Formats: sequence, C-alpha cells, structure tokens
Amino acid sequence: MRQALMLAVAAAVAAVAPWPQAMAQTEDPVAADFDKFRAIMEEANPAELFEAKGEQLWRTPRGPKNASLEQCDLGLGPGVVKGAYAQMPRYFADVDRVMDAEARIVHCMITLQGFKREDLAKKPFSSATKTPDPVSITTYVAAQSAGMKLAPQQTHPKEKAAYEIGKEIFFYRAGAYDFSCASCHGVDGQRIRTQPLPNFTRPEQAIRAIQGWPGYRMTGGVMHTLQWRLNDCFRQQRFPEPDYASEMMSALLTYLTVNAQGQEYKGLGIKR
Amino acid sequence: MADPMKIRATVQGDVADVRVLMAHPMETGQRKQGGKPVPLHFIQTITAQLNGKTVFSADISQAISRNPVFAFKVKGAKAGDKITVTWKDNKGESRTDETTIRGGS
Repeated sequence: MRQALMLAVAAAVAAVAPWPQAMAQTEDPVAADFDKFRAIMEEANPAELFEAKGEQLWRTPRGPKNASLEQCDLGLGPGVVKGAYAQMPRYFADVDRVMDAEARIVHCMITLQGFKREDLAKKPFSSATKTPDPVSITTYVAAQSAGMKLAPQQTHPKEKAAYEIGKEIFFYRAGAYDFSCASCHGVDGQRIRTQPLPNFTRPEQAIRAIQGWPGYRMTGGVMHTLQWRLNDCFRQQRFPEPDYASEMMSALLTYLTVNAQGQEYKGLGIKR
Repeated sequence: MADPMKIRATVQGDVADVRVLMAHPMETGQRKQGGKPVPLHFIQTITAQLNGKTVFSADISQAISRNPVFAFKVKGAKAGDKITVTWKDNKGESRTDETTIRGGS
C-alpha cells in the first residue's frame, strides 16, 4: 500500500515537473492581467498617505532630544533627501560601514533624536493597526528619488566588500530546506504560485528586487519596505531571523541594488 | 487626530477628475487580535464640496477597504476652484481636507 502511494506521488511529481519550463517566459496572460490591475491601482496608491506621514515625521522635532531629522545626512549632505534613496546603500564615514536607506534613517533617529535602537528594532514591521515610524520615513525618502536612476556607490573599499558579502549571502545555502536566495531568484523562469520570480543575478531583472518598494500591500492594507521584504524571504527559507537594519541586510541590499544599477527607480509601489 | 487625506483634482474641459486617498483603519469588527475582536471602526459618510456646494455624498459601510480610495468626476469645475472632502466615522471622528483644482495637461 505504502509503496503504491509512493509510486503515485512519484508519478504526480513527474507529471508536474516539466510544467514550469513550459510556462516559463514573460508572455504569461495571468501576469499581464495583473500588471494591468496594478497600473490602475498605481493611479491612487495609498502609499502616498505614508509618504505624507513620513514627511511630517521627518520635519517634526521628536524623541528624547526633541530634534527633527532635517540634519540627517543620507549621503548627499545633512537634510538632502532628493535623490538620496537612489544612491544607497553607500558608505558612511561616521559609522564606518555601508548603510541602506532604512538603516541610515534608524541611525539618525538614534543619534539625532535619541530614540533607542532596542525600541525601534522590537517591532520594526507594519501590522494592520500600526506602521512603525522608520517605515513611513523610509517611504517618504524613497518617494523623493522617483524617476531617478539607481546609482549605489561602489567606490569605497567597504562598499565593494559589502557587495561581495551580499553576494555570498545570496548564494549561501542553509536552513531546514537547504535553501538560498538563489534557489528561487538565481534561476530563470521560476514561479511561486502564480507569481513569476525574477532572476536577480541578471541586471535587467535585478531591478525588480528594488522596484515597487517601499510598497503598499493590498492584502491587509499595510506599508512595507525592503527590510520587511528581505526579512520575509529569510522566513520563507526557514533561516534564523536576520537583525533589523543590520550590516548584513545592508550588504544583501548592496548586492541587489548594484546588480540593478543604472535602471530607473519608479518610486512607491502597490502590491497584491 | 486622524491623518490628512491626499486629494488630487485636475480639470479637463469643464469636468474635474478628483481622487481622494483617506487614511483610515476601516475595521470590520470581524478581525481578532490576541483572541479579542477588534471593535468596529469605519467611515460612515463622505461628503465632497465644490466651492462650498455639496456635489457628492455617500453612506458607506465596513465593507470598504482600509485606507480607501475614492474617485469621482465633477461637471462645471474650473482650475482654481476648491474641492473640500469630509469623512465621518462611527466613533464620531471626522476629518476635512481641501485642495485647489489644477488645470489638466
């Protein structure tokens, strides 16, 4: 009986196996329909509400030091927001490390406003009832780079090192499923349910790692940033949870952004 | 205090296209958090005015999504006119925002 069942399973797997290749390419009617739907939704993206909220949080004196973030240096000088997101991750001499946008914003909230890292890292992701401040602020900062070309810095040795570390993380297989990021995102024509998965090792597809984030997720109506997106990928791989806004996350974001460099960042996204 | 709405209004000919984004949790009363139902909390009425005259009003229910989007067209509008939108929810909270209609491309 058991053997018969195993055989049945094997037959089912064999029947299903060739299917992903056959369905592989971009001429997928389901994906095309969804793109149409997304285009309609983008005309009035609730992400703009979080952008407005983030701008207000950026300008308002807050925290134990009662300071605004207008002295926060995102790499283009204190207070310069326009275009900063498209040029991150980058090296910051004051902390001697590479930081992505959200990591830098968290850093500014700690140093300028006196917030505590533990408090910010306790519940860093949005829920139905609460959107953490760094998420709204990152949304605001990202929106000010809409329409610009991605130009992550790769001049400082630490920026080059971050790319190499990020690459290693991307291909590092571990966890209960022996997965790596590359298991899903290093191969052409993969899909998860109806979602086609981009191959981030190809420059023309790597943009899809960055595009659309920060994004408003219609499921649950929550705002998410790349920090959440990567965190959730690690959860799906059954990896230990990465530290929020850590150097490791910045390194992985460096790898993904550099692969997509030169391509246009279209701004805030809307997700299924 | 509720967060501001985002209102975009552009006119083509004498018809203005208005899009309103509202920040609201729109709780259905069906959702649970930590085993306890989250109380019903939703926008009940929406009113839109063109230069102070009501042109659109709606009674809506908890079936509308969180952070809802409303779009409508108004005839007889011109660039520079004021669009005012007000919502009121079942807890008695309300919010009013205003924008100036811009000329279309």
